[in-house]
Amino acid sequence: MFQVVIGIGILLIVLILFMLFRIGTLLDVVKGSGQKTVTKSNKVNALLFFVFLILGFGSIFVYSYVYFDDYNIPLASEHGADTDFLFWVTMVITGVVFFITHILLFVFPMKYSYNEKRKALFFPENHKLELIWTVVPAIVLSILIFSGLKVWGEITSKAPEDAEVIEVMGQQFAWTPRYPGADNKLGEFDYRLISVDNKMGVDFSDEGSYDDFIPREIHLPKGKPVLFKIRARDVIHSVFAPHFRVKMDAVPGMPTSFHFVPTKTTQEMRNETENPEFNYELACAEICGRGHFAMRMIIVVDTPEDYEKWKSEQMSLVAQNETLFGLVPDDKKELAIIKGKVEVKEEVVTESSEEEIIETEENLEEAQASL
Amino acid sequence: MSTEDTMHNNEHDHEHHGNFWTTYVFSTDHKIIAKQFLISGIIWALLGGALSVIFRLQLGFPDMDLTWLKPILGEWIDMQGKLDPEFYLALVTMHGTIMVFFVLTAGLSGTFSNFLIPLQIGARDMASGFMNMLSYWFFFVSGVIMFISLFLETGPASGGWVIYPPLSALPQAMSGSGLGMTMWLLAMALFIVSTLLGGINYITTIINLRTHGMTFTKLPLTIWAFFLTAIIGLLSFPVLLSAALLLIFDRSFGTSFYLSEIYIGGEALPNIGGSPILFQHLFWFLGHPEVYIVLLPSLGITSEIIATNSRKPIFGYRAMIGSMMGIAILSFVVWAHHMFVTGMNPFLGSIFTLLTLIIAIPSAVKVFNYLTTLWKGNLVFTPAMLFSIGLVSYFISGGLTGLFMGNSAIDIQMHDTYFIVAHFHLVMGSAAFFGMLAGVYHWFPKMFGRMMDAKLGYVHFWLTFIGVYLIFFPMHYIGMAGFPRRYYSWTNFDTFNGFTDLNMFVSVAAIVTFIAQFIFLFNFFYSMFKGRRATANPWKSTTLEWTTPINPGHGNWPGDIPKVYRWPYDLSKPVNEEYSKKLSEKEIQEMPDFIPQSVPFSKTPETNFQNENELIALEKEENKAIVVNEEK
Repeated sequence: MFQVVIGIGILLIVLILFMLFRIGTLLDVVKGSGQKTVTKSNKVNALLFFVFLILGFGSIFVYSYVYFDDYNIPLASEHGADTDFLFWVTMVITGVVFFITHILLFVFPMKYSYNEKRKALFFPENHKLELIWTVVPAIVLSILIFSGLKVWGEITSKAPEDAEVIEVMGQQFAWTPRYPGADNKLGEFDYRLISVDNKMGVDFSDEGSYDDFIPREIHLPKGKPVLFKIRARDVIHSVFAPHFRVKMDAVPGMPTSFHFVPTKTTQEMRNETENPEFNYELACAEICGRGHFAMRMIIVVDTPEDYEKWKSEQMSLVAQNETLFGLVPDDKKELAIIKGKVEVKEEVVTESSEEEIIETEENLEEAQASL
Repeated sequence: MSTEDTMHNNEHDHEHHGNFWTTYVFSTDHKIIAKQFLISGIIWALLGGALSVIFRLQLGFPDMDLTWLKPILGEWIDMQGKLDPEFYLALVTMHGTIMVFFVLTAGLSGTFSNFLIPLQIGARDMASGFMNMLSYWFFFVSGVIMFISLFLETGPASGGWVIYPPLSALPQAMSGSGLGMTMWLLAMALFIVSTLLGGINYITTIINLRTHGMTFTKLPLTIWAFFLTAIIGLLSFPVLLSAALLLIFDRSFGTSFYLSEIYIGGEALPNIGGSPILFQHLFWFLGHPEVYIVLLPSLGITSEIIATNSRKPIFGYRAMIGSMMGIAILSFVVWAHHMFVTGMNPFLGSIFTLLTLIIAIPSAVKVFNYLTTLWKGNLVFTPAMLFSIGLVSYFISGGLTGLFMGNSAIDIQMHDTYFIVAHFHLVMGSAAFFGMLAGVYHWFPKMFGRMMDAKLGYVHFWLTFIGVYLIFFPMHYIGMAGFPRRYYSWTNFDTFNGFTDLNMFVSVAAIVTFIAQFIFLFNFFYSMFKGRRATANPWKSTTLEWTTPINPGHGNWPGDIPKVYRWPYDLSKPVNEEYSKKLSEKEIQEMPDFIPQSVPFSKTPETNFQNENELIALEKEENKAIVVNEEK
């Protein structure tokens, strides 16, 4: 019933509008305004451009000022300071051009709206003017280009030797990070080794993999260079950590990387934003399917001490999962036990659940039995 | 006026008397084909717009009960009245595909290149009317396939309009990559055939069929724009075809052009050695020129409209051509700026930053030239003129944000956020759309012999102009806040949890703007039958199309094709020194402020420049017949 009333209402409004339109056109015919070059509307349109200019600029200024903190996400990386600076330099330059050109574009209609008594200026070309507005943008642009390229060069340069290496793998629809453990060497991987247990396809015949661990959230040390080694398991994803100004696609079959230096711990950022619940987040920025909007992972930035402590508390893959331990070739099992700290006791476990502790102990026993 | 004479000439000289099918359906007449493209384009635009309204509802009102859409969307609305996340992606994908290809490529170039090229260069028709007809019908079939794919049970293609593999190659990755993607590829292949057939025709016609005297430097800027657009299309669309072809192989025949080391759906695929990046290179090799395929015709159209309605020659005619050529060439060497963060070699990123920012220079020149054309003009605000000014505004706003995206270092953060959505919707989407609307308002009298209602045009313009800014300007802020695009919802993230109000605002603006388009639709179809009858040259324009009869028949001009003597921008030409002494103030005042291209210099001694007087002798020598014809 309600819908019928709405329907009739809309119909009536459309009919009234149509009648108004008919009356308007008939009036125009009577007044003969169709024959004139311009009617009163010409002045009205010209005025509207001017009104639009004032209101438009007004709203931009007010919104940009009042909501500044809402649309600027806090910064937490070294190179981010450079790109943000470039962003704002470009903003100032384009802003000036934006305002000047729009003032001209919307004031000219007022100033030069049609007047029968006036004749337009025949002004087909002026080489000097044209040269000026080719050369000036060229100079400004080259400044932007070269400052941009300098920063780009630094960001994409080779990662420092002492960088903390963390592998980040994208899959539908989650991120999995892998840390190289104490030996700072990530074990090899092969996508053909991927299984339910071995979701990253780690090659457990490689000794580098024995102390690798997969935590639930990414931890980073403050003030130290971090290298993300990025890959994807199924389709393209994109690592996007907005606070660190980090974005790099995760491509199946083509490992990529991005290195940066975090500058603020999570706690510092909580204080800064006055939000005790603040967390750094990792998102996906390349369409990857149904769950594209839900690929969230928390990133925690610790002080270097806390970071080392956290790292030492993590349980290696082989220690965590007996199936994975079973993948280790027999002649290397001993090494795996030593490197993977399979004999570690429960005081270690802060992040893992009770269940996993038990699981680990079982692993431990089994490992010892197999010796 | 000479136009008046020709009008009364035996109008039916070249008229073919076919039946309904050969006249209106399988027509080879460029004007009918143009109208076919236009009306198809309008229908597609409505559909594309409607899709965007649905996903804007999801983004602006995530808690809304969408059960009322069930009759249209069926199973894609679940029991709780929520839109399916995968269909959300399908909507986004189809909105992009439809708008970019079917509306702004076929609808725009197809309409105005077809309609204006023969009329403005003085030709009876396209070089090959048959190919032209084929071009439309390939487009039509392609559209039918794309339309049917919307109703598949597994959904239409949903991997974004850029259809990056592996997502688009593997049905396991998303259901839209099944039959929907196959049909998408098939439709696009046919679409490319259509574009190529059209493009070859436009180029051939412009090169070979220009009327006597119509040298390249006397061509209206519209024709230059269509010419360059067709060349860009001819060079870049085949690359998309090859990209699509390799994707078809990967999908159906087990090849590994784009696939490598993939574990999906619980199994490791055998494909090794392919590169998803290869597809991106091939795609953007078309994809970027495509931006200019969309934009250049609009820039050409507005150049023409702004000059005519400023009653002033376009400022820097040659600079305009030069910058269009510059844009056309550079458009081929900037494609990888879409790929700065794909893991492509950073050195390549540097090169493409450099080239990308260079393309800003010809664009800037164009803007300044538009502004100078308005300066000290005598501006008549027809709806077409309003839309043209709107285009310049969008071109500036959207173009400037290109300097952010084009700079690889800044792009790291901005890539694939709402900042880029705002950027390209303004500079490419809305600007090109406004060019198209301006063109419709301006050439409607030539197409249908009647005028569109100006007042409705004003209302349409202001609602749309303001509406578009209200939709896309806020997206810059949302993008700066890092909101990624193609997100069904942002509530999973603390970082992207704000701006619910602003998103709601954008959605309301989008809906209002969409509804405002019905004013145009009404105006368009109503005026076609009931509009005020047009005069021969309602905008007092200089170009050749206005020398045809009000309703030009097959062959366009009943008598001889007019010859061309001057450039198309002799508007408000001043009286020269010699005559300003001879003529009284009043006489000068009453002289028309425009001289059509078909009027020889010998007829206009009052306004001729010195060098133009010298051309009079040539006129007589070269062609005496024309003088006789004029005096008839």
